[in-house]
Amino acid sequence: MIRFDNVSKVYPKQSHPALRDVSLEVEKGEFVFLVGSSGSGKSTFLRLILREERCSHGQVHVLGKDLARLSNWKVPQMRRQLGTVFQDFRLLPNKTVGENVAFAQEVIGKSRGEIRKSVPQVLDLVGLGGKEDRRPGELSGGEQQRVAIARAFVNRPKLLIADEPTGNLDPQTSVGIMKLLDRINRTGTTVVMATHDQNIVDQMRKRVIELEKGRLVRDQARGVYGYQH
Amino acid sequence: MRAQFVVSEIGVGLRRNLTMTFAVIVSVALSLALFGGSLLMSDQVNNMKGYWYDKVNVSVFLCNKSDAESDPNCAKGAVTEDQKKQIMSDLDEMAVVEKVTYESQDEAYKHYKEQFGDSPLASSLTPDQMQESYRIKLKDPEKYQVIATAFDGREGVQSVQDQKGILDNLFGLLNGMNWAARAVMALMLVVALMLIVNTVRVSAFSRRRETGIMRLVGASGFYIQAPFIMEAAVAGLIGGGVACGFLVIARYFIIDHGLALSEKLNLINFIGWDAVLTKLPLILATSLLMPALAAFFALRKYLKV
Repeated sequence: MIRFDNVSKVYPKQSHPALRDVSLEVEKGEFVFLVGSSGSGKSTFLRLILREERCSHGQVHVLGKDLARLSNWKVPQMRRQLGTVFQDFRLLPNKTVGENVAFAQEVIGKSRGEIRKSVPQVLDLVGLGGKEDRRPGELSGGEQQRVAIARAFVNRPKLLIADEPTGNLDPQTSVGIMKLLDRINRTGTTVVMATHDQNIVDQMRKRVIELEKGRLVRDQARGVYGYQH
Repeated sequence: MRAQFVVSEIGVGLRRNLTMTFAVIVSVALSLALFGGSLLMSDQVNNMKGYWYDKVNVSVFLCNKSDAESDPNCAKGAVTEDQKKQIMSDLDEMAVVEKVTYESQDEAYKHYKEQFGDSPLASSLTPDQMQESYRIKLKDPEKYQVIATAFDGREGVQSVQDQKGILDNLFGLLNGMNWAARAVMALMLVVALMLIVNTVRVSAFSRRRETGIMRLVGASGFYIQAPFIMEAAVAGLIGGGVACGFLVIARYFIIDHGLALSEKLNLINFIGWDAVLTKLPLILATSLLMPALAAFFALRKYLKV
């Protein structure tokens, strides 16, 4: 699903690489936590998977494709098989919940009938059934993140990338979001989630990858957040 | 791609920077109106050239008695019958000459009276003071020089005059104005293009949230860029429409009505509606494609996939 071979990333005009010689593999259907302090390279790691950046050395394979060889115009095609969720939700404030989810289908040219069928379905799945016509501003943070997850999942991606999805939420709401992500994972979708949330990582007991100053320092099945915390 | 989605995105974008859109429309309209105007102007000049060059003559003025005293070209006295015969037969032999008419002193006097009958100078003039002349119509009005070299300075010839020279001054002036219009047009065009690039940049920036989400869910580059390009094209097309309106109104008020030059200057053969109408598709096409291209290149820089 994801394979990094000796991947390094150096941003222009920066002396220290954001990632150094990282090699790892994520299998289909896995749930992986990506942990590490700020500046450890988590975001770069995710950006490489989404091909918002290209790596400086090594090879990144996502969904069986070598991203270095993927031409620019094929990138959208690749991203359609990925879902993304962020800390700041990234919803469109002037569209309703339903429209926000439908947006992800409209822009890749899904038919109107398909959209009308799948939007209520996925909103039910994330527990927002019946809130289709509300606007994001009327919802709580947890509900907004559910909308974002619905949007990420509506095209049934093979891989879900979540960048601190619980970063803005209280512990109780976070648990709800994690249950949702776990449910999505059980449908066969691979989930890679960057987080700072110690409780969640410790409770879930999933594979943990830890980065420190751009190096891979730990890759542990059924791990906890960290030794030093 | 679903048309309704795209159309609504365009509407939102255009309304969002209304002032900028307005600036684009005005600058496109002005530059293209000038563009059309200069095209029509050169049409008009060509039209007039065809019309007037047909009517112009080269005149060979012959020395009369009073010239013999005052004009150095006529120092050898007034023209003689022999000289006139020689000039006439020489003209007949020249290939560039289409037709030669002789104007006697009496005829010249008559024409002068017709034109300037009321002036005090005309009343003091006698036929004796007028010049005999050969009025030569050339097959090619540009070949004036051939006549000039053959007859200038010949005995009995006072001067060779080309009426085309006078017209050329006029056409020169018109052409000069035309080039000035083109220079202004080029400047306006550059302004319009810069405005479009800036508008697209602002538009892309104000919608970076949407475009960011579109990129993440895998919308194609074309799908993301199309609304911006169409926005520029729509604004441009409105400007082009306004420019077309300008031209039609200008033709109507300057030539037919209002200023009504066609009535006041009936010696000038004005361009017809067909000349105006054939320019409109060109202007509309330019107003559509130019902003679209500008937007496309602007987006390559500001909207990376």
